[in-house]
Amino acid sequence: MTTPRTVELVVNGESRAGEAEPRMLLSDFLREQLGLTGTHVGCEHGVCGACTVLVNGEAARSCLMLAVQAKGTEVRTIEGLGGVDDMHPLQEAFWEKHGLQCGFCTPGMLMTAVELLESTPNPSLDDIREAISSNLCRCTGYQTIVEAVQAAAERMQGEGQ
Amino acid sequence: MTRERHYIPESRQREKPKSKYFAIGHSMKRVEDTRLLTGSGTYADDVSLPNMAHAAVLRSPHAHARIVSIDKSRAEALPGVLCVMTGAEAAEVTGPCADFSSPPTTQHCIAVDKVRHVGETVAAVVAESRYIAEDACELIEVEYDPLPAVVDLEEAVTSTGDAVLHPDRGDTNVAHHRVIDFGTVDEDFAAADLVIERRLRWPRSGGTPIETVGATAHYDRGTGKFTIHANTSMYNYVGWLIAVSLKVEPHRLNIVPTDAGGSFGSKLFCHKVCTLAGTLARATGRPVKYLEDRIDNMTSGDAHGSDRLYDAQLALKRDGTMLSMRLKVIDDYGAYFQYGVGQHGNAMAQVTGPYTINSVQVDLTAVFTNKCQQGAYRGFGSEVGNFVIERLVDAACEELDLDPIEMRRQNLIEQDQFPYIMPTGNMYDSGNYQAVLDEALGMIDIDGWRKKQVDARAEGRYIGIGISTCQERSVFSATEFWMWNPNETPGFTLSSSPESVAINIDPTGKAFITLNAPFWGNSPETMAVQVLAEKLEMDPADISVGYADSDKGFNSGGPGGSRFTVMIAGAVSGAADVIREKMLRVASHMLEADPSDLEFRAGSIGVQGVPGKEKTLAEVALHAHYFRLDLPEDHDLTSGIDAAYVYDHPVTTMPSEDRTDLGIFYPIVGHMVHIPVVEVDVETGKVDFLDYVAVHDCGTMVNPMTLAGHVRGGTVNGIGSALYEHFHYDENGQLQNALLSDYLHPTLMETPVDIRVGHVETPSPFTEYGIKGGGEGGRMGAPPAIATAVEDALKPLGIKVDSLPLTPKVLRGMIREAEQHPLSASDKELATH
Repeated sequence: MTTPRTVELVVNGESRAGEAEPRMLLSDFLREQLGLTGTHVGCEHGVCGACTVLVNGEAARSCLMLAVQAKGTEVRTIEGLGGVDDMHPLQEAFWEKHGLQCGFCTPGMLMTAVELLESTPNPSLDDIREAISSNLCRCTGYQTIVEAVQAAAERMQGEGQ
Repeated sequence: MTRERHYIPESRQREKPKSKYFAIGHSMKRVEDTRLLTGSGTYADDVSLPNMAHAAVLRSPHAHARIVSIDKSRAEALPGVLCVMTGAEAAEVTGPCADFSSPPTTQHCIAVDKVRHVGETVAAVVAESRYIAEDACELIEVEYDPLPAVVDLEEAVTSTGDAVLHPDRGDTNVAHHRVIDFGTVDEDFAAADLVIERRLRWPRSGGTPIETVGATAHYDRGTGKFTIHANTSMYNYVGWLIAVSLKVEPHRLNIVPTDAGGSFGSKLFCHKVCTLAGTLARATGRPVKYLEDRIDNMTSGDAHGSDRLYDAQLALKRDGTMLSMRLKVIDDYGAYFQYGVGQHGNAMAQVTGPYTINSVQVDLTAVFTNKCQQGAYRGFGSEVGNFVIERLVDAACEELDLDPIEMRRQNLIEQDQFPYIMPTGNMYDSGNYQAVLDEALGMIDIDGWRKKQVDARAEGRYIGIGISTCQERSVFSATEFWMWNPNETPGFTLSSSPESVAINIDPTGKAFITLNAPFWGNSPETMAVQVLAEKLEMDPADISVGYADSDKGFNSGGPGGSRFTVMIAGAVSGAADVIREKMLRVASHMLEADPSDLEFRAGSIGVQGVPGKEKTLAEVALHAHYFRLDLPEDHDLTSGIDAAYVYDHPVTTMPSEDRTDLGIFYPIVGHMVHIPVVEVDVETGKVDFLDYVAVHDCGTMVNPMTLAGHVRGGTVNGIGSALYEHFHYDENGQLQNALLSDYLHPTLMETPVDIRVGHVETPSPFTEYGIKGGGEGGRMGAPPAIATAVEDALKPLGIKVDSLPLTPKVLRGMIREAEQHPLSASDKELATH
């Protein structure tokens, strides 16, 4: 049961491989085996959403998924979104609208918002509120996160035209 | 009547408020954010050291029990396990945890002989992975001899014998009892026309940030020195006490701060986790990481908030004039007593609120129970005081048939009464409370909502409008932690609570600021940058910020008590004055002008009145760093441009011997008005927000955007405390909601769509630029306002709110009860009048 397996997958566009016991969580695999510590773990029981990553384009709680289940998938994490010199419009909008304070929930919020805007490029306020309500933020009171997602959606729509 | 008995030190303010600022007052994007937005922050669990091992802890399933025996043989035999340590073994090498109570209360990082709450650490395991460590915990066999569990705070007052948690402090669970009269309480009550009396219950909640507490410790066998990376605070203030626990000299411990994924007070010190990780690292000879999991954090994080029962009285004249208060309070501190009754020292800063109340009696009983101990949570005890006084004011309005807004107006301290010495001896530095109230009332159509309320009631819907007018004391002085201590055991009566920075100007003229306290989720880097940019008229983009570890740090209290912005501003301002002076001296030589004729202008130093005759900061910095022989023969004019500055508390005095005057200890006082409009669904008990206005006066604003962020975030914490959050212990002392699936933080769906924030700026005469703290206000103002709003909504049912949280279940119970005993038509008319 504890014999490690090799998990091969695509992370942020790159082929990666690592060793994982069958019971190893995807969150631990990303953080410890692949060194991607931008994905945070807040509760380890799927409530807070800080560990949200995209698996084959869909938001998933990496603390509720085993690494071996991610074998062969395409995973996207905060590290693939953009750096200081090439920020994603969502990162820029969170910065401008003060959509973060301590930053711990932020990677999960951003990946949740990425999923929303990729599936619903022109979301209503209710769409945004519905999507963001899956994640906990203890700092902001959520309002500026919603504003940031709205602003990013508008900017991405503008760029797309 | 203002009390004049206390001496007010002269203001040390150097920078007066200005009508126009270069960098202060701008909603600048935060300096902290780019690393956090890109997944590049370094939180506690992101620290990784070569050859690092991982720890997990075995938690007590009992609330109160003797540890009879521990068999760790099966755990030790598990492959990958490096060490299994019991409390008795740990105590051979490590002393008790840091503790500020007096007389002292003993807590060990692993319980010795006895467990005192569910979740307390009974043994710790170090293994090659966290998975193996947790497996090994399951293999430890512990035999317990259960003791009576003390859960109810009133029963705790009288328990004896086996039910006593700390027999070394006497055969009682009363940890502390003291009664103090501040002012002429008996006379004022005798002069009253009536006394309002309420029994009020404030529930146990906690900061519960999304990131738990963690430490990665390394013990260097070659030097005998510990290095501990942790999301702690106060490490440059009292961090050396962890070295005392580890039984090494303080210089043999270096504490390195990580980013903290939220604190809200809960990471004020985190001594236990640091002490445990250090103990395990020394035992194994390996770097060891211990990170609380969620259940560790909820059951044993040492950071539960106040848990109080008040019998509260307010003495008034018939016209609504408030005279005096009597507060009899029992506070459930849980199993240990790390900060003593510091939370009540804190509450004394503003116990009579923004009102001209002449006197107050406080009868304080702190008790031990078999629960996780208290720590700090946004307000540190003062938020409860706000709830109590506002409930009394609303009860008085009800009793006297007074308008709640006019009643408040009539009793507010007026602008010309500042600086105001309130009954406990603390000073309120400045304020314009009527202006804050006016601003709030201008932002919301109360009459319009009253009409909607009437219409809604006709449809069977229940809308309520609440108001609170509250204080937010900021910038604590250390005396709050010990002023309540018994005279015979006064404890460590420290009176310093400084904050420090170092500033280096590099040869190209860019600045680096070193802070001595951690990033806690607030905006210390942004604050420091804006203040330094203001002082030197520099581009904020040319300034960056880092954090000193305890090896390099200067004495600094760190964030907490809404002090960081004010204190950083003082420290940066002081250091910048040294920098300015040196740059002016160098520039004066370069420009062949007298320093007094020079001025800082955006990015340069130039001769006043002579446009173009100037040197850029980069030119001056390069000169200072590398061209010493071009400068005059002056031994003080050394190469480079560097400064360190320790900024002491701006204005504080000692308490009197008998404690009837607590001195000035929390004097930078903001004010707020919160007005929520709620609708209570009487079928489900759910409370929704239809509108929310929060107006704060935090003096001069450094960054209106981040201040509004604090107000909104704090308000949502307050919504949690008012409506959802409560650590629920059953009669056996089992915590029923140790997961975030059961302990309910507000999600976006429980929060107002738009918390409309307004600001009034009444500068402090004591701080640099007149800044006041604003980190806790939201949570300090929201609960009383929401309580009033819910009570107002349910007036037709005759429901009174005396305790929080008003969960859907609680409200449904109250509504069900009310429906079984409906008000008569005339009472209903009276109630909704």
